[in-house]
Amino acid sequence: MKNLIREFVKGITIENPTFALVLGLCPTLAVSSSVGNAIGMGVSATFVLLGSNIIISLIRKLIPDQIRIPCFIVVIATFVTIVEMLLKAYFPALNASLGIYVPLIVVNCIVLGRAEAFACKNRVLPSIADALGMGVGFTIALTIIATIREALGEGEILDFKLIHGFDPAAVFILAPGALLTLGLLIAAVNWWHIRKKDNKEIKKLSCHEGVCDGCK
Amino acid sequence: MENRLIVSPSPHAHIDDSVAKIMWAVSLALLPAGAAGVYFFGLKALWIIILGIVSAVATEIILQKLSKSKITVSDGSAFLTGLLLAYNLPPGVPFWVPIVGSFFAIFIGKFVFGGLGKNIFNPALAGRAFLMASWPSLMTTFVKPFGYKYDAITSATPLAALKEGKVMEHISNLNLFFGNRPGCIGEVCVLALLAGAVFLLIKGYISWHIPFSFIGTVGFFTCVFGAKGLFNGDWLFHILSGGLILGAFYMATDYVTSPLTRKGQIIFGIGCGLITGVIRLWGGYPEGVCYAILIMNAATPLIDRYVRPRIYGTK
Amino acid sequence: MDVSKFMAIMISMVFINNFILSKFLGLCSFIGVSKEIKPAVSMGIAVTFVATMSSIITWFIYRFLLIPFNITYLRTIAFILVIASFVQFVEMVIRKTSPPLYKALGIYLPLITVNCAILGVAVLNSETFFIGKTTMSGSFWMSAVQGFFAGVGFLLAMALMSGIRQRLELIDCPECLKGVPLAFVIASLMSLAFMGFNGFKF
Repeated sequence: MKNLIREFVKGITIENPTFALVLGLCPTLAVSSSVGNAIGMGVSATFVLLGSNIIISLIRKLIPDQIRIPCFIVVIATFVTIVEMLLKAYFPALNASLGIYVPLIVVNCIVLGRAEAFACKNRVLPSIADALGMGVGFTIALTIIATIREALGEGEILDFKLIHGFDPAAVFILAPGALLTLGLLIAAVNWWHIRKKDNKEIKKLSCHEGVCDGCK
Repeated sequence: MENRLIVSPSPHAHIDDSVAKIMWAVSLALLPAGAAGVYFFGLKALWIIILGIVSAVATEIILQKLSKSKITVSDGSAFLTGLLLAYNLPPGVPFWVPIVGSFFAIFIGKFVFGGLGKNIFNPALAGRAFLMASWPSLMTTFVKPFGYKYDAITSATPLAALKEGKVMEHISNLNLFFGNRPGCIGEVCVLALLAGAVFLLIKGYISWHIPFSFIGTVGFFTCVFGAKGLFNGDWLFHILSGGLILGAFYMATDYVTSPLTRKGQIIFGIGCGLITGVIRLWGGYPEGVCYAILIMNAATPLIDRYVRPRIYGTK
Repeated sequence: MDVSKFMAIMISMVFINNFILSKFLGLCSFIGVSKEIKPAVSMGIAVTFVATMSSIITWFIYRFLLIPFNITYLRTIAFILVIASFVQFVEMVIRKTSPPLYKALGIYLPLITVNCAILGVAVLNSETFFIGKTTMSGSFWMSAVQGFFAGVGFLLAMALMSGIRQRLELIDCPECLKGVPLAFVIASLMSLAFMGFNGFKF
């Protein structure tokens, strides 16, 4: 049980996919212009993660090592298709605003990364905990970014007007604002780590850069 | 701690003019244009200029204090950034606009790169592009010259009027030259800008390569494609209106963000001119000078890398 | 297809809807591989090639397989499998026929399979050039052109970014901004600059 909790918590904190591992950036930036979209994307990605982690963990001994990546992709693509159909049927508005970023969950490095790094080596229960942790961590990160962008760019959060008379800076819901917000947030996390470890060895988070490509 | 070991690529040429001297000379050369702006748009323009400068300098001091590095405001670079940013604002903007713009220019445009000499993009233009993307309606609302006398009449700039195909009262080229037209505070008076530019050229603080190739390309491009049929465009109008003179002489020539070699500078100028022309004629914005310079700023490291001076003795 | 349509797709894909700077597709490789010019440009060329080819192939799949059999909901699976096998095939061909080319581009090919830009352009084509089940006229050429210029936009952003990052290698910017965060800030400023082309009409 303790192990399961640890697997769950690490996805939210030290191995947070967005801030610590810098993975899955395309959806992070593209859909974080509003909190509603961010939560929708977070939940969809968590569903795909959970499904693919369970299936891959179950069939991990059946998959030949050489063709494991194509196998993973097929499993992931199946769950993405299920999400696509569910969204189309029950949340057409959300589906429209997420647009092409729903099918692109297939190539979200977080999902493939967890399949490769965790699910194919672990049993089902830890894989579920890992998927939930990563999914929740991703959703939280998305929501934080979306909150900042929506507050600065629209002057409101989930249609709730924050300050009257504040002229919102539209750039924050556009692409440059997204890149800037994420860059400064990662810098803030780094800054906090550097301060904490000032006397110990300074371990920069940025040493993880390129993981996204490395894990493939 | 002051860094006394300076690691820099060759050429290690040394000139007597310090950074501070150049920055203050450029600021001085810009004064007449600012005075003209205040003359045309009233005291409010002066306030915007002062606010831009003060907040740029204050941001620089605060950031350098916070990062515990040496305070370098006396080199005049923050002053110049604030001044140029204010010159690029319409005279009717609210007072918080120059403050936010200067903060962005100094913080994101310069400080995050490690300070003066390391920034890739012209800070003042980065600030302007940020303001333009954030508050497009404020940044494109212009007032008529002398409008302050009768309660600020808004009006389109000549370029914006051209873009929307509106027929507005004709502004003669002479009025464009003297600055009697709607526009940003520092860009309207071509005469004053040219006077300052001549001073800088004579003193050798800027070279002719970038501004001449920039303006020449815009003139040629708009002449060829500016109207129906080739070679029918009103090139003089395009050169005199908008922020071209201000941009070409004072912002594209920024030492840090433009190429080192003469050949590179000419490529830089032509690139700026082409992008400006394309945006003016077919883009959604009436003016492209700011974006053209920013895009070429991004290309500067590549230009510097591939247009290097020939090593003596090689082919 | 007339020239103005062609120009519109070109400017839109390279500047206004630049895949990296405005749609955030292929951002992982953009941040990961842009530290030096040469690998970045090689990656860009490889992406341009694969994006063009997979635009063409997925057009055929969509037009002659998914639509007639009424299984467009299998789009995601079909596209990713086709792209993955195509990339694998190209890799094998290059390895056998041209070792120097393989050395220059080969190592980037496997990464490209899961580059969102490739799947992104295929999905985008199927959404812009097919209305429901009807095919727009000239959609084949427009798909190919859109794929090609999406790749060119990627290449341009890659080249500019790697030039900047290589120049910034030795500078002492604030410690917490080194590496990835600074790359994001630069990308943000580039994205601001590219906004100048918004609203382009030819």
